[in-house]
Amino acid sequence: MPAKRPKVAVFKFASCDGCQLSLLDAEDALLAVAGAVEIANFAEASRRVVKPPYDIVLVEGSITTPHDVERIREIRKMGKVLITIGACATAGGIQALRNWKDVKDFTRLVYASPEYISTLDRSMPVGSYVHVDFELRGCPINKNQLLEVVNAALNKRKPNIPTHSVCMECKLRGNVCVMVAKQIPCLGPVTQVGCGAICPSYNRGCYGCFGPMENTNPPPLSRQFRAMGKERHDIMLMYRGFNAYAEAFRKESEAHEK
Amino acid sequence: MFIVELSDLQGLITALQGNGYAVIGPTVRDGAITFDTLNSVDELPRGWTDVQEAGSYGIRRREDDALFAYNVGPHSWKKFLFPSRLRLFAAQKAGKGFEVDPAPTGTLPRYAFFGVRSCELAAIAIQDKIFMDGKYTDKHYKTLRKSACIIAVNCVRVGGTCFCDSMNTGPRAKAGFDLALTEVMADGKHHFLVEVGSPLGKSLLQKVTHREAQDAEKVQVDRILKAAEDKMGRTLDTQKLPRVLQDNFEHPRWEDIAKRCLSCANCTMVCPTCFCSTVEDVTDLTGDHAERWRRWDSCFTTDFTKVAGGNMRMSTRTRYRQWMTHKLSNWVEQFGTMGCVGCGRCITWCPVGIDITAEATAIRENSMSTLNG
Ligand code: SF4
Ligand code: SF4
Ligand code: SF4
Repeated sequence: MPAKRPKVAVFKFASCDGCQLSLLDAEDALLAVAGAVEIANFAEASRRVVKPPYDIVLVEGSITTPHDVERIREIRKMGKVLITIGACATAGGIQALRNWKDVKDFTRLVYASPEYISTLDRSMPVGSYVHVDFELRGCPINKNQLLEVVNAALNKRKPNIPTHSVCMECKLRGNVCVMVAKQIPCLGPVTQVGCGAICPSYNRGCYGCFGPMENTNPPPLSRQFRAMGKERHDIMLMYRGFNAYAEAFRKESEAHEK
Repeated sequence: MFIVELSDLQGLITALQGNGYAVIGPTVRDGAITFDTLNSVDELPRGWTDVQEAGSYGIRRREDDALFAYNVGPHSWKKFLFPSRLRLFAAQKAGKGFEVDPAPTGTLPRYAFFGVRSCELAAIAIQDKIFMDGKYTDKHYKTLRKSACIIAVNCVRVGGTCFCDSMNTGPRAKAGFDLALTEVMADGKHHFLVEVGSPLGKSLLQKVTHREAQDAEKVQVDRILKAAEDKMGRTLDTQKLPRVLQDNFEHPRWEDIAKRCLSCANCTMVCPTCFCSTVEDVTDLTGDHAERWRRWDSCFTTDFTKVAGGNMRMSTRTRYRQWMTHKLSNWVEQFGTMGCVGCGRCITWCPVGIDITAEATAIRENSMSTLNG
């Protein structure tokens, strides 16, 4: 154990807190992490706040207001290593669905005095505003992957976070492909691995929670969905989930708008 | 050659178990015929068949009680001999160094593979060359392989994506088995013609009720297997194919495939000869305990070709080309055979139905070289 424990801080933007909770959900491993690092700022776990600089900053949530923009720039300066966690921070999240609409229509509808609402046109990933050292995908993130990244950073080694398809994980597990054997449309072939191929393991198609994989090529998959009888509109909605604004998914959903 | 009646087949499983084997065989699971532990003949896919096409697979009920009237499914035996994940060693900090604890090979199971098809025998022979017959040996593979017993089953019907006939690997098993069975169902009979392939096979058969096969029964099996051969789902013209592919390295078809290929790696995962792996090093939080794990990898991933200074294959075009030319061309130079045994798995289990036989044919028919096949 290093004499001086690295300081880890967790910050949140527009998000549901689910990714931070993955860390609390790590149970036994959490105690080990708490022993190995100094939790400098983690509102979900403790009120104690230690002053910057921090060795590792974990950021959850998307940037949606002018104030967020200022704050993320400040936070970037506080951390040596900045890791974004979850679909909101890495792709804009489910709230990025508003990027296709006029946000003022929403504020008028939801708030009694919309003139007090100061918001940006679009919900964007953290990486659109500041340099990000590592992006941990998922909605929510996988707690083992989070531990792996923290662990790798502590041990100064490369994290084992593959960026290939969900299909590979599916095959490593010995699953029977739901797309081929059950004609269930599945986003696995265009989605980055990380969840352990949970949905196909339970007889459902992948929802794309971990966003586009490396070198992704959605158009042929969409054509296959069409051949399987899916309507264009349904295909558009498939890509418009938690990672709707990730470029490859965004383009593919837009290609199916009409 | 001998005859074992259906009612006596259980005796073979029992004999294998009696010899200390973990028997693995085909069984219906999750809408497919997969490989699993086999304790009884009743667990075999009795009365089932499969329907396979490019990008689609399904199982259907048959009108009869056949035990082996289907072809290869999503799993292959490599899952057992070359597991998808394997801990290679663990290391524990001790003083200034490490104590290394290698993966145990002494306690590995002795497998009996029950129902190995002819193309799969060829695939196992190919992996043998790679993992244990060359200069470097994979100890884990070798231990499992050397102790494994193989009960082959000849294909009395062939699947929609099979092309073993083209690859000269089937549908009849010629070597590489301890026993080979052919299921015969005709004239109210249901029995198995058994060929003995090794002393082990012979001693196993001694423990099962059997009789000598009559000449007519042997001829009948020849006829059944010949009929299967004539119904191959696909064909691949292998004549001078290695050269044809080499000469067409810049063929526009590769780009055309890249527009259809997802780079998802399913083809390599299901292929019974694909043998690539990567290693991942993990530590505990303190860094005192480390492990090295091996897991299946694929030439379709970006990391696969990442080296200091860059990546050799950044496009799907170059990745698919690498995969197919390795299977059907470079493999010959490297290992003396093609890397494809014509099992059709990559065709069936490709989510978008890309067909290696169709792609190779398209390149040959529109060859850019002077040599035309
Ligand atoms: S079920 Fe989905 S993720 Fe799994 S192999 Fe099939 S297409 Fe890929
Ligand atoms: S390349 Fe395809 S057909 Fe050939 S052995 Fe591999 S999976 Fe079977
Ligand atoms: S050929 Fe098919 S299975 Fe192979 S990587 Fe391309 S899309 Fe996936």
